Amino acid sequence: MTDNRTAPLQGSTTGPAQTVLQIDDLGVAFSTDAGAVRAVDGVSLTVKRGEVLAIVGESGSGKTVTAKTILGLLPETAVSQGAVLLTSRDGASSNNVITLSTQQLRQVRGTDVSMVFQEPSTALNPVYTVGWQIMEGIRAHGSVSRADARAKAIEILGRVGIPDPEVRVNYYPHQFSGGQKQRVVIAMALVLEPGLIVADEPTTALDVTVQAEILDLLRRCRDEFGTAIVLITHNMGVVADLADRVAVMYQGKVVEEADAQTLFSSPKNEYTQKLLASVPYVGQGIVRAAARADARAPGWAEQTPVVVADQIRIQYPGRLGRPGFVAVDGVSFSIRPGEVLGLVGESGSGKTTIGRAIAGLTRVTDGSLSVLGHEMNGFKERQFSRLRSDIGFVFQDPASSFNPLLTIAECVAEPLVVHGRAGNPASARKRVDELLEAVQLPRAFGDRYPHELSGGQRQRASLARALALEPALLIADEPTSALDVSVQARVLELFAELQREFGFAALFISHDLAVVDILADRIAVLYHGRLVEEGTGAEVLGAPQDPYTRRLLASLPVPDPAAQAIRRDELRRLRAAG
Amino acid sequence: MTLTTPTGPASGPAPSRRKPSLLGRLPVVHQLRQSVGLQRGMLVAGLVITAAFVLTAILAPVIAPYGYGQLRDTDGAFGAQQPLGGSHLLGTTVGGYDVLSRVLWGSQTALFVIVVAVLLSIFAGVFLGLVSGYFGGWLDRVLVVVCDAIYAFPSLLLAIVMSIVISGGQSNLIGGVLAAAISITVVFIPQYFRVIRAETVRIKSEAYVESARVLGAGNSRIMFRHVLRNATRTLPLIFTLNSSEAILTLAGLGFLGFGIEPTAAAEWGYDLNKSLSDVTSGIWWTSLFPGLAIVLVVMGITLVGESLNDLADPRLRGRRAVGASSGLVAETSVVPGGTLIAGPGGLAGLETPATSTPSDEEGRS
Amino acid sequence: MTTVMTEPAAQANGPKQKRKPSGGGIGRYIAVRFFLIFPTIFILVSMVFWLMRTTGDPITAALGGRLSADELAARVAAAGYDRPLFVQYLEYLGQVFTGNFGTTISTNRPVTEVLVTYGAATAELVVYCLIVAFIVGIPLGMLAAYYRDKAPDASLRIFAILCYATPVFFAGLLFKLVFAVWLKVLPVAGRASTSSELQMQLLPNKTGFYTIDAIQTGNPAVLGDVLAHAVLPAVTLGLLTAGVFLRLVRTNVIGTLGTDYVDAARSRGVSEFRLVRKHAYRPALIPIITVIGLQIALLLGGAVLTETTFEWKGLGFMLAEFLQARDFVAVQGIVALLAVIVALSNFFVDIIAALIDPRVRY
Repeated sequence: MTDNRTAPLQGSTTGPAQTVLQIDDLGVAFSTDAGAVRAVDGVSLTVKRGEVLAIVGESGSGKTVTAKTILGLLPETAVSQGAVLLTSRDGASSNNVITLSTQQLRQVRGTDVSMVFQEPSTALNPVYTVGWQIMEGIRAHGSVSRADARAKAIEILGRVGIPDPEVRVNYYPHQFSGGQKQRVVIAMALVLEPGLIVADEPTTALDVTVQAEILDLLRRCRDEFGTAIVLITHNMGVVADLADRVAVMYQGKVVEEADAQTLFSSPKNEYTQKLLASVPYVGQGIVRAAARADARAPGWAEQTPVVVADQIRIQYPGRLGRPGFVAVDGVSFSIRPGEVLGLVGESGSGKTTIGRAIAGLTRVTDGSLSVLGHEMNGFKERQFSRLRSDIGFVFQDPASSFNPLLTIAECVAEPLVVHGRAGNPASARKRVDELLEAVQLPRAFGDRYPHELSGGQRQRASLARALALEPALLIADEPTSALDVSVQARVLELFAELQREFGFAALFISHDLAVVDILADRIAVLYHGRLVEEGTGAEVLGAPQDPYTRRLLASLPVPDPAAQAIRRDELRRLRAAG
Repeated sequence: MTLTTPTGPASGPAPSRRKPSLLGRLPVVHQLRQSVGLQRGMLVAGLVITAAFVLTAILAPVIAPYGYGQLRDTDGAFGAQQPLGGSHLLGTTVGGYDVLSRVLWGSQTALFVIVVAVLLSIFAGVFLGLVSGYFGGWLDRVLVVVCDAIYAFPSLLLAIVMSIVISGGQSNLIGGVLAAAISITVVFIPQYFRVIRAETVRIKSEAYVESARVLGAGNSRIMFRHVLRNATRTLPLIFTLNSSEAILTLAGLGFLGFGIEPTAAAEWGYDLNKSLSDVTSGIWWTSLFPGLAIVLVVMGITLVGESLNDLADPRLRGRRAVGASSGLVAETSVVPGGTLIAGPGGLAGLETPATSTPSDEEGRS
Repeated sequence: MTTVMTEPAAQANGPKQKRKPSGGGIGRYIAVRFFLIFPTIFILVSMVFWLMRTTGDPITAALGGRLSADELAARVAAAGYDRPLFVQYLEYLGQVFTGNFGTTISTNRPVTEVLVTYGAATAELVVYCLIVAFIVGIPLGMLAAYYRDKAPDASLRIFAILCYATPVFFAGLLFKLVFAVWLKVLPVAGRASTSSELQMQLLPNKTGFYTIDAIQTGNPAVLGDVLAHAVLPAVTLGLLTAGVFLRLVRTNVIGTLGTDYVDAARSRGVSEFRLVRKHAYRPALIPIITVIGLQIALLLGGAVLTETTFEWKGLGFMLAEFLQARDFVAVQGIVALLAVIVALSNFFVDIIAALIDPRVRY
């Protein structure tokens, strides 16, 4: 049993080792339906005590697999080689995680290393209280009495910022908000004071404002608890905010490794440079927006707007006498022909509901919503269906935007067939090919099935379908949120090009101010169903009036460590003020 | 911003691709190719048994030594309760019929009932489930309550009642089969209804259905082109489950005395009913063989169903093990929860790690 | 004989920023489920009534061949079966809800008496069977999930499928053959030997539950006799049900074992065994319990067959006899009772599932 424990790692003479984790030439392969696949290839990394190492990459880079290997959490279909040397909590010895037996792994997990997961709502067992789950982790490592474990649980909950921990320790997970759930998950990871925490996309599923708070908490873990953190993420802003050193992974290999400041200011590897170049940042779109505004014909602003919303209110029906949830409350805005309005908000803000209301998928409860001259409050489908050929919709989730049993060509041809421009998908093929070309997809893709395309390609096909009938209005609901950064950049670029070429009006919904900035002529900010700010990009992003907008803007991390440090202080001041 | 990042499994010159051959896309063949190890064994065993059953049913007139209602031949009457051997390989029953023949002919009756029962219930059940799930409203609620009530009630008892109503109990082949089949139908429509309705409700909120609605496609187009084809992907599985239950119910009816007259057709449950008294006197061949026939056929069909169920769920599907250094580096993305939740195309068809932005407002279900 | 096609437990996925003003959830839930009982009973009872009446009135069906036309007509009129069907239907519904089920035609006893006398026997059988099914099915299901895809799991699954594929009466026949006829260790049929029955009949407080009555007699031989008679029927029906439970537990526990929270617990160093026993099992309980409720129907159907095989004089056995005799009044009565039982058991099962799931409670 003690064969696997080696002498303390290099860099230490006496006392606890300085290196918490050392990965040597790691290789991991999986068996899948398509055959054997290599996820990680020859990766070597080191993490020192109390340091934050960020592993950055897009999908397929192998970063999550690497993270899971550190804890030995790979599924049975995986085969790994190489060494992952993890120092024990007291620093006296280290283990090679890959060669540990199940029993030894169990001892290592939680005490030497622990994990924070991406999705807080699924990382907690819904039928047990959070206290029970924390205590379970404590008592799995040594005999601790119930009372002691409970006391520890309450203490750690308090330290991660959960108010009233003595009461909340008995709550079930669903009684917490998303951000609080993530705090609980971090508490579970911290409770046995491991030397290393592996955080796998810890803030990806959270709103931007909540993200900033969780990043603060992780920073406190490093500073107050002295834990090293391996941070897995694809978000360069998060990296700039938290990381001391950064490793960039691409297709299973580490292509660059440097300290944060150097990586951002002078990246050496071509891939890293491209990656950094495609990260959207606030202020990017000012020049473009100005150019667009200049290019418009005079008298443009007086044209009849394509969409006019006047104090609309949308309330979902309640169940059995309970009042329903009010998603949108008293929002007014308008979209003129050829204009792009960016609708920004966090979860629960009502932005998707508004998009759906305009498309006729959700009913307006009160107020007036006029789409292409047709009143949506109390509309009849039969009358509205004539106008549907003038509206296009792009959905957020590329995975389910297409019928999995139809080819891409059949899907893109659907609007043409439905509105009688073609008899069947085959006869519409010529037009479909044109559309595919317009979105920069090869014609041959028309014969493929949706699952044979990547996410970015599917979103482009989705755009093609939405533009098939040359609509006057395009509604895009978070179309790039589920895509990699570089792919997102291309799709946004494509969107801008198409908008220039076809001249449709657009409602671009997103949670990301920087993304919206690239495309929008005007930006509207929603908060809990209310419109709190509206104006051009320069106005809203340059000189925001509303405190929520300011906070939102301040919480958005930028890909530059020095600037980000300054912004952090700014945000702290804002929060303290109100 | 012109990047040449790899765009995924489809990068490079696209292989000229037509739809995979029809044979490769048939539900069972596709799974057969995919499966491995134990699951493959189960699937193969089940298919072999089921095929044997169907063949026996079709060829019964040819391979059975005697007719199902035959009591005598040129050598005289068979005699009752004769032990194994001689001209009666498996002995004779208390009524004087040849056991082997009745077992073989019984497969024909069983197949007949399955076909009729499943055919009748599939169409009604699927259609009702689709319409009810898609439109919702009061019609949906009423149908759900009715179907839940029927579904929860012991199917055998309902089948008995229906059997009495239709044919007064005993009958000829057509009457008996129809009685059994219709009674099984009434009981199984709720099953199909429930499953298809649940699938329809789930699919209704998928993005591609909403996309079709935004386009302005009519309800019937959406229902049949988008929803139905995707909702029925679990049908082969239910089909096998219902086939096995049909046989068991038919046998149950026969056992309780509501089956088919021996002179009209052979039926395994009826034979078991008649052999109840034999058991106390130690005569085992009149009950063992018909019973074994039932067990074997139901097992075969259920094995097929179980392995289809496993293979349809990537979580339960097994995969071939891999050597450590094999495999090309390719697009992989490990989604939360592990690779086992990978999409049908394996890892290569996956989306980027769910950068699931805080989705949306409550009340959207 | 319902099947086990449930999907594994769904995952917690509440809205992210909200804390629901909770409480009162369960009260509402119970109320809704309670009100669903009535339509359920109503639908089933009506269905059977109309179905049976399409074949004519009960008296003609039962005694048709044996009486002259005039006598028949007189009897029919006397019993009120010549009134418009709808009137009879309404009267019947009223009677059902007041608990009056009429008098049997073949034996001329109040149906309620039949229900009570023989209902106890069936209840006893069902209880024994459930005990066997729970003891055998659930732990084996967890074991199968723990050893997933390895040899123990494979053999357990085949065992479960075998249990499902074997008709109850065939298994009963085989067990009878082996244990009662060849090995002669267990009795062939019935609930108890005649002498034991006589002893129990003499008790002042007969419950009808032979186990309880046997204990009341204070005679260990009687108790032993009663239990010996119960073994074969209970094991036969119990094993079939155990097979269903096994597959049910296995599928659902495997489902929950694949969730993120189990992975998260694993990352904290919780042992695999404890993961199955605590983390994966409880969330899986919710769909398991729901399906178990539906299995009550399976048991009742199976009880008919088992009772016939072993001459266990319970409701199932009597139902078969009444059906043979075309005694529709009795049949309707028994079916109505079964409908009530099914509806009530569904209700209780729903309540229990809701109690286990804190998302409904808070």
